[in-house]
Amino acid sequence: MKVYKFDKPGLEAWIKKWSETAPVFYPAPDASENCGIHPGWGKMTEVVLPQSSGPAKSSLKTFYFPQPEVLATSSLKKNDDDGLLLTEPAPVVEKQVVFGVRPCDGRSVELNNLPYAEEKLFQQNRERTVLVGFSCSEPKSTCFCQATGGSPYGIDGLDILISRQDDHFLAEIITDKGAKLAENGLIDAGSEEIAILEKLRRENAGNNDKGEKLKEKDLSSLYNASFWNRVSDSCLNCGACTFLCPTCYCFDIQDEVLHGRGQRIRYWDSCMFPLYTLHTTGHNPRGLKVQRVRNRFMHKLKNFPDRFGPLSCVGCGRCVVECPVNIDIREVMDDLLAVE
Amino acid sequence: MATINSKISEEIRALAGKLLEEKKIAAFLGYCQGSLPMTARPFVARTPEDTDKLIWNSFCVLNLANYLPELLKSLEPPRGPRDPAPEGPLPKVAILATGCWSRNIVIQIQENQVDRDRVVICGVGSRGMVAQAKVKELFDGREILEVIEEDHKLLVSGNGFNEEINRWNVVRDNCLTCIHPDPVIFDIRIGDEAGQRKNDNRFAEVEKIDNKSTAERSRWFTDEFASCIRCYACRNACPLCYCPTCFVDDAKPQWVGKSIDQVDTSIFHILRAYHCAGRCTDCGSCESVCPMGINMRILTKKLTSDVLNLYGSEAGMALDAPLPLTTYRQDDPQNFIITEQAADKEGE
Repeated sequence: MKVYKFDKPGLEAWIKKWSETAPVFYPAPDASENCGIHPGWGKMTEVVLPQSSGPAKSSLKTFYFPQPEVLATSSLKKNDDDGLLLTEPAPVVEKQVVFGVRPCDGRSVELNNLPYAEEKLFQQNRERTVLVGFSCSEPKSTCFCQATGGSPYGIDGLDILISRQDDHFLAEIITDKGAKLAENGLIDAGSEEIAILEKLRRENAGNNDKGEKLKEKDLSSLYNASFWNRVSDSCLNCGACTFLCPTCYCFDIQDEVLHGRGQRIRYWDSCMFPLYTLHTTGHNPRGLKVQRVRNRFMHKLKNFPDRFGPLSCVGCGRCVVECPVNIDIREVMDDLLAVE
Repeated sequence: MATINSKISEEIRALAGKLLEEKKIAAFLGYCQGSLPMTARPFVARTPEDTDKLIWNSFCVLNLANYLPELLKSLEPPRGPRDPAPEGPLPKVAILATGCWSRNIVIQIQENQVDRDRVVICGVGSRGMVAQAKVKELFDGREILEVIEEDHKLLVSGNGFNEEINRWNVVRDNCLTCIHPDPVIFDIRIGDEAGQRKNDNRFAEVEKIDNKSTAERSRWFTDEFASCIRCYACRNACPLCYCPTCFVDDAKPQWVGKSIDQVDTSIFHILRAYHCAGRCTDCGSCESVCPMGINMRILTKKLTSDVLNLYGSEAGMALDAPLPLTTYRQDDPQNFIITEQAADKEGE
């Protein structure tokens, strides 16, 4: 792995150069230009380096799993070329760079890739997106990436990881996609600087102890635990947690028809909403709030790990910070661990 | 040092403990301490032991009336939609109520969502709730790790800082413009009566937008709602929103698209606001819970001012007050109706 060293102006000039060939997005809570496409992310015109810690307001999934996303189009007129046929849209191949991605968010792409391994559009977006991470020197009090198996210096899912070190920056080139952004003429980092970074990475390595313990627990006793009622008592059943969560990937598909042209569109959906599980018969297997709250946490902390291995949570803390009623997934995790 | 809020908290715990002990109620709807600074978590105490957790402070921003209809229903014995109501008295719920919350309970009673006989309203005069966002803005990115509340100031601290701020400076906008901080209806009072608050122009924030040109107003609207992610926290935090199926969730027919496209979010927000016309008490829950910091409350505030101007009515002020939008009077103003003449005039 190549590691380059930059001073601040050098780093800014390097980043600026990328925008000559591809759009560069960065976390910009106030940028309204991209709202409706990637809310919370702005297209970079001037280089803004992220603060020392904490994830962007909106998660990265909007680049891999944008909404609305057209899955297919069709014509209702028989004689048209695509009359009564579903046609897939032409593949989007334009490169895009996302800068200032925290290691937790980078890892979320890898986790979502487990269920989406064969999902064409997700893979297409994965192919065309270069992720430039920024490590977290001082994690926030609501960050818990290490408890989910991640690390503030983690490289999972990232193509480049930039770390601040005293008055300079180190950029680790992790993948071939990342190498394409690192042209000739960059200064190699010294072995001592790399050693410091490696030491930090070792010291801040995450573990999945809690996840492993939960895997051993009996599914039905967790499911029937009494604390779910307490969590549900305060829950509003809104979708703030699921829509801000980088590893919530559920969707809804709608067919929209206008003037004889049809579009099959994918939107984000939330397991917090009653419509999510409503059957055409009118029956709803998760008709009660407590069932929906339980499902969200059981999916992330038990069902997903049972099937794929890791927790479906990267510990970014967005749901903890933004939940209108302060439901804290860290407490839920402890409640689950306490179930006999 | 005992603060006003710590005394109120004590009173709440004692009262809730007593009511549950004497089995006068099945549940007490209040707040417990949250896990982060400046958070309080809505909490249902069901046993006398639970009541130790009850608290009261300036961060109780969510209107508790929001939980009331569902909580009452959950305490009824299960029955099918056509089964007769069970005989005998049903379990009661005690709920904390500030000025606006109590007005929302009045509306829920008027709209037959809540049975007055099943609620014990514990009135608390509101001193105005604090907007977490306003405090965070003052500290511009520095992470706040602890906030200690005194009567008139907040002691805010984090890594390498420890500052004192004036509480009133960070009170929510809806509380700053509120003139009904004291509960309009209650069975038991907790703490002192809230003092009368005067406000020369409580609709100033609405007028600021009203006075813009049409183009500027449209621009304001587009920008303000641009970051909406359609999580529906605003709707779900609202005590007026109790429809079993909301218009945005309806699939047959689908009234509004589900995307975050500007057209869809605009329709959602405009319709949501209009559903609250003549019913909104400006409790500010919607604005407080929005994860994207959208000030959607301005829309309902505008409608509050319209209903006040048109019908001289304010929502939920008394149990026997007529509901302005479901009451017909012969002298109702009708100038909103577009007549041929008015349409011609518009076209000129």
